[in-house]
Parts: sequence; structure tokens; C-alpha cells
Amino acid sequence: MRGSGHAVCLGRDIDTDLIIAGRHLRTRDRSVWAAHALEDRDPALAGRLAGAVIMAGGNFGCGSSREQAAVALRDAGVVAVAAPSFARIFFRNAVNIGLPVLECEIPCRDGDQVTFDLEEGWIETGGTRRPVGPLSPRMRAILAAGGLVPFLCGERR
Amino acid sequence: MSTLSERILGAGAGSYVDRAVDRAYVHDGTGLLARAAWTEIGSGVFTDPDRRYLIFDHIVPANTSTTADLHREMREFAALTGMHFFEIGEGVCHQVMAEGRALPGEVIVGADSHSCTLGAFGAFATGVGATDMAGIWVTGGTWFRVPETTGIFLEGALSGAAAAKDVALAYVAALGMDGATYRTLEFVGEGAASLSMADRLTLCNMAVETGAKAGIFHADGVTRAYLAGFGVEAAVQVPEAGTYPDEIEIDLGDVVPLLALPPRVDAVCPVAEKEGLPVDQVFLGTCTGGRYEDLEAFAATVRGKQVAVRTIVVPASRAVLARAVATGVFAALVEAGCAVATPGCGPCLGAHLGVLGEGEVCLSTANRNFKNRMGVGGEIYLASPRTAAATALVGAVTSPEEFL
Ligand code: SF4
Repeated sequence: MRGSGHAVCLGRDIDTDLIIAGRHLRTRDRSVWAAHALEDRDPALAGRLAGAVIMAGGNFGCGSSREQAAVALRDAGVVAVAAPSFARIFFRNAVNIGLPVLECEIPCRDGDQVTFDLEEGWIETGGTRRPVGPLSPRMRAILAAGGLVPFLCGERR
Repeated sequence: MSTLSERILGAGAGSYVDRAVDRAYVHDGTGLLARAAWTEIGSGVFTDPDRRYLIFDHIVPANTSTTADLHREMREFAALTGMHFFEIGEGVCHQVMAEGRALPGEVIVGADSHSCTLGAFGAFATGVGATDMAGIWVTGGTWFRVPETTGIFLEGALSGAAAAKDVALAYVAALGMDGATYRTLEFVGEGAASLSMADRLTLCNMAVETGAKAGIFHADGVTRAYLAGFGVEAAVQVPEAGTYPDEIEIDLGDVVPLLALPPRVDAVCPVAEKEGLPVDQVFLGTCTGGRYEDLEAFAATVRGKQVAVRTIVVPASRAVLARAVATGVFAALVEAGCAVATPGCGPCLGAHLGVLGEGEVCLSTANRNFKNRMGVGGEIYLASPRTAAATALVGAVTSPEEFL
């Protein structure tokens, strides 16, 4: 599974309250989450998320287990999230909803083109290629299916 | 030596295992998305309803018609699946589960990050998201990566005005917000054995604030006695001799009342350093600091006096509230001028009652002080119930030592 996008660089310890605030959660209208993704971090980010690879510092997605955080990013058009480390619930949630997560250390600049390949396990930007932390075969299969729901549908068919 | 996580999950750290989930629970916040994912899977299969729980705690009672509609849908879903259902006012999901519904050696998964609270019973308890939960409902189990373990050696005993919450802030500060990512915190040592179940629950509750997957105590006589109070029999777990690859030590006797400064839970200093900082609101409650012992400690300080600033008390569960009523703790709180709300999460997540205004400061017994969590522009300081009580009486950050 290969993908690419423009880099949106964020700092470390981006918590799920920053990704989608509690005040936007009580709805079933998914478009609300995408519309407010990362708004408490920087309202100007909204227009830059479509087609983006988020390049974050460590501990991305810490805090609440709210899956809406991963959904908000995916629905806002984020292609993948790369960070040196992730909070584990966010990491699982992202895989489960089909948003690729790439555990890696790689320097990058805002707006740079980023390319990655999940099977081959690498990420590349600004002429540098780095390995990404290996996913278990199960996680790769879930991501390849597009998330846990399609994965389980496929498995039970 | 095997760690408790390895023993419960039945494999060495780093391996991936498929495990049946002994108990699984969701609340009104995550239940909705989990139900949507479950519906999408479309099999109609819901396994082990007798070991699955839906607990209304996040926005209770409903604050808007939209919330009310979503609540109704979830009630109908609970009835459809046959899982256990807890109405508004029964309490915060982790506390409800801690009242005789979590046993040593079990694998427990909650669709909430603070599900690690239940490790206090010697269970492997961790949080997942909504889609993971839907998968568990259908298949009865899920996969885990068996975590590495950080040993937290507790020596000595708490003294003075220090409380379990202060110990929690101490280890969070020592490890940092991602110091234990993907790991289990295993609390061991004589000091660990000396702690009550309420203290252990508070310590395990905050494990996730270091990025940990779980926080865990070995079940011992204290665990057995507590569970016997709920009519449940439990076996004890004996620690295996050996060392942890990674460990920290805390002498409980050295712990002083602490404060986490906004907006980072690991930015911790002694309460004494911020003495006199004015606050607009004090909040006593949550899955961290809303248990009976917390209300009792708060009441001991405010009894017969008047709070000087608006103070919201939310008991963690109906059982906590009932006990506080029976012992007179509740009357002491009300007579001291506290506003009391329905058992549940209350203002903790900033979604309904007790929301902060721009620039307002709250001292809270909760576990998180992220930017805007309790309201846009509000600032949250985290502390123990005793510190909260002293602060409520003065209207500014105050060390509980002054009221001992
Ligand atoms: S009390 Fe706060 S931290 Fe605990 S479950 Fe409720 S919202 Fe989460």
C-alpha cells in the first residue's frame, strides 16, 4: 500500500482534545468532526489537511480514546500520519478506521512532498528515505482491507 | 520472571496474542460510534452479552434534545443485545465496573482511555476505540501486543496531607506524558501493599497519562476483602521474584501535595509553590478523584466551614453517593456550600455542566488538564481532594497541610 501527500508538520504531544474537541462529539454527523479537525491547535490548518501527510512529533494522539479524532483526520482528507511515536489507542483506532500510521523519525518541512509504502516499510521526503516501525500482519491486513469493519465483513463472508 | 501482563495474556512481552475479552464496556460517548461500527459489520452477532456493559456517564442527564435522542437509541440497543445497562446517575463507567465487576486475572477492555483503572484488581485492563469494541462484540475477543513493563516500586507509607493522587502526579511527572507508551506500569513493593483499593484505583487510573496501556497491582488480601464486600470471591496473585528492565522508585513518605499545571499533566510542582493563585472553580469528582474516600477527605477539611469559591461535587457513582449520604459526608459537603450534581463524569470533559469561561481557572481532582478540555480558554490545575478542599475554603490554591 503506497501513498503520498504534502507534509503538514505539527509538534509533539498532540492530544485528541486538540484533534477534535469534546464539544463537537455529540453528533452522528461525521462532517462536523472533519470540519473542526485540529481547530484548537490552529484554525488555519483546516484548509491544508486534504491530501496531507501529517508529520508530527512524538506521542501523537495522546489522551482520550475518542475514535472521532482518527475519523476527523481521515475525513478531512489526511492520507497518513507519521510520528516517532503514537499514543497506543489512537494508533489502534487509526488502523481500525483505515488511516495509515507510520512510526518513524524523519526530518521534514511544511509543504514538502512525502511518499510512503506500508508493505515495504519506508517513508521518503526531501530526498531522505527512512524505515517505518513494522506493523503486525494483522494490522497490515486490516489497513489493506480499509479498516476493521471491512476486514471483519470480509472474514465472515 | 514474568510480569503480571505476561502471565494474564499468556505470552512474553512483544508477542501478539488473540485473547477472549472477559469483560467489555462502553459509555454513552463511545457506545454510539461502536454501535455504528457494529451495525456496519452487519452480522447481527453479539457475543457474551452477560459480560458486556453499557454505562451512561459522559453527558448525564441529557443536556440537549440531540443527546436525549442519542441516549434513547443506545438504550434500545442495550435492550436489543441483552447487555448490562446502567442508567444516568449510576456513575462513571470505571467506578461502576470497580464495584464488583472486575476480577483478578481477567482481560477487561473498555471503550475509554481510563479503562486502565481496573488494573487495580490485578486484571489486564485497557482502553480501545469504538471500532475495536464493535469487533469485540462480534467476535468475543481481540488482539493484543503483550506490553513491556515498567516496575514502579513503592516504599514506605503516605504521611501528612499527601494522598494517592499526589503519588499519581509524582509518577506521571517522573515518566512524562509518553514515558511509558505501549507499556504496563506494575506497582509493587511494600508501599503498594499498604494502599487501599481506592488509592490503587487512582494510581492505575492515571497510567494512561504516561502513555501506558495498563497500570496493574497484584491482587492481595486488600483486593480480596474489597471484592468480598460486593459478594465476589477473588484469588490472590503472588509477584514473581526478579527485576524489571525499567523501574522507578517512589518513597511514599517523601510525597508532598502536588499540582499539575495547565496544559500538561506532567508539569508538576508542589502545591506550596503556587500557594495563593486565585481560582474560579473547584471540582471534586471523576474516575480519578470522585470515590467515597475522596469525598470523605474533602468533607473532613470543609466540615463546619464555608467554601469561598464555587465548588462542584460529582460523586463517582450512585453507591458512592449513597454511602456519603449514610455517613454524613454528603451533608457536610452541602452545608459547606458545595453544588452537587448527578453521579457521572460531570464537568471533566467540558461537554455540559460546570464548563469554564474564557480565562477561568479550575482546580480539579480529575486526570487531564489539556488546553480547552473543560471549556474554551479555561485553565485546569490538577490536585488531590485534600488540596481541592483547602483551595475551596480559601478561594486560591492552598496546601492542605494548613488544614491538617
Ligand atoms: S470522569 Fe473524566 S476521565 Fe473519567 S471517564 Fe469520565 S470523562 Fe473520562
